[in-house]
Amino acid sequence: MTRARSEDTRCYFFVLPAVIVIAAVAVYPMIPAVWISLRRVIVVFHEDHFVGLSNYAFLIHDPRFWTALGNTAYFVLVAVTIELLLGLGFALLLHTSFRGQKFFRVAILIPWAIPTVVSAKMWAWIWNPEYGLVSRLLPGSEMNWLGMPGYAMHAAILVDVWKTAPFVALLLLAGLETIPVDLYKAAIVDGASPLRIFFSITLPLLRPTIVVVLVFRTLDAFRVFDAVYVLTGGGPANTTETLSIYAYKMLMRAGDFGYGSTLAVVTFLCVMAISAIYIRLLGMPTRNIRI
Amino acid sequence: MTSRSRAGLVLAVIAGASFCIGPFGLQAITSLTHDSDLSHPGLPGALTLDHYKSAVHEQPFAHIVRNSLVVASAVTLASLAIAAPAAFAIAKLRVRGKSVLLGATLAISMFPPIATVSPLYLALRRVGLLDTLPGLTIPYTTFALPLALWILTGFFQDIPSELYLAARVDGCSMFSAFRKVLLPLAMPGIATAAILTFIFAYNEFLYALTFLSSPDKRTIPVAISLFAGEHTEPWGEIAAASTLATLPLVIVAIIFQRKIVSALTAGSVKG
Repeated sequence: MTRARSEDTRCYFFVLPAVIVIAAVAVYPMIPAVWISLRRVIVVFHEDHFVGLSNYAFLIHDPRFWTALGNTAYFVLVAVTIELLLGLGFALLLHTSFRGQKFFRVAILIPWAIPTVVSAKMWAWIWNPEYGLVSRLLPGSEMNWLGMPGYAMHAAILVDVWKTAPFVALLLLAGLETIPVDLYKAAIVDGASPLRIFFSITLPLLRPTIVVVLVFRTLDAFRVFDAVYVLTGGGPANTTETLSIYAYKMLMRAGDFGYGSTLAVVTFLCVMAISAIYIRLLGMPTRNIRI
Repeated sequence: MTSRSRAGLVLAVIAGASFCIGPFGLQAITSLTHDSDLSHPGLPGALTLDHYKSAVHEQPFAHIVRNSLVVASAVTLASLAIAAPAAFAIAKLRVRGKSVLLGATLAISMFPPIATVSPLYLALRRVGLLDTLPGLTIPYTTFALPLALWILTGFFQDIPSELYLAARVDGCSMFSAFRKVLLPLAMPGIATAAILTFIFAYNEFLYALTFLSSPDKRTIPVAISLFAGEHTEPWGEIAAASTLATLPLVIVAIIFQRKIVSALTAGSVKG
């Protein structure tokens, strides 16, 4: 008994470093973040005093915040939908056997490996008004695509789709591979059409994987920064400014740490709210780890 | 399969593969094209390495590459050194609250990084680590931990518990059983986790952009995002620098494709 107990205590030394680092660098900063959001902090002017909830009161009436929230929501909705559909298409392709499948499997991993900053620059080049691929393919249409509201947001979504749809495909493919082949065989014997097989076998059995991918992609897309910031910088006229970009500009460009932190805390609260809604609707997402 | 659906499949595969590789290929071609040829449609007439030469010379390129390699290596080492014992304990020992710990790491992997930017910025400034590479390594290590922890926990769980118990019966302490028996067996997992952690740290942008200000401290993503010419954006050089910076990652991804895919799909959230 004493031995078992000493064993129990000593095993905590193995997890202690991980707990300390996570607590100190990830969880703990959230407290000062909330604290700073209740203050007026302008670093360059050495200004720092408590202002209560006035940053939050300002936020409620800040049209730029609501635009950024709307932009973020639109980005998440459209990007995640396309990524799921395209990813499912890729996964179904990879699940059938064909020549050159290995090549496709490798090709699909390339966007995942490339830094988001580089992806955004690549796409910015494709949309370049003078020399870009699009302008070359559509001669005479030397449009400044990224300078036009509406187009710019969809160009940003395309960067995210390019980078992430392959990753979604790999996750969904892993889900597809867990579906027993016998089910398909039985369905074919029963004379089910491919469409019927897809909707009655594949889709229902893939649901748990789809739920996991949906939850994680939504939360990931909501904090989007790199892809949009490098592609458009939030422009034109703030039409692609997401919450992360607005908060970043407030913090690092305007130097307003108080209001910038308020924006950051609200972004964090949005992510929490989305998680809560998902858990409520779909249940706790489970991963392949047995605890 | 009918020949028509066969043709459809081939077409879909070609479209899918070109979508994935196309932009990267275009960037590689751009990097090798003379500036004067960039405005012409079609393939370049003659290839040139000029953009590579000027990309390497005009920026503190060697510094930047070195910064990225140093930070990414340090993050990989630190996060594996912290994650491996924790993953071992979660998988093989009776640690109370292990589901809480795993849940918490999963939750922080979904944190919007912007939420921690201002407190970390002020904290790093206070301790004098702002605009230093160690100042970047600490937050990176934390946010790489979830990934490493989840991948390694999966690997340690796949090692039979009998091996651990046998080592203990033979007189190994808890620590030496971990170090001499379990750790060597988990090496494939460690290697996979190392690749993914390295790529995460090498690609990160927001913290690097915020916490580093001197041009010679920048990491590759920051340098590429801020690449500026005197008059117009030097697209050829950006393409050359981007190709140089990403080619190693692409090669690693191709070589370790199987390992990466299985780790991403089994235990991780996002690389």
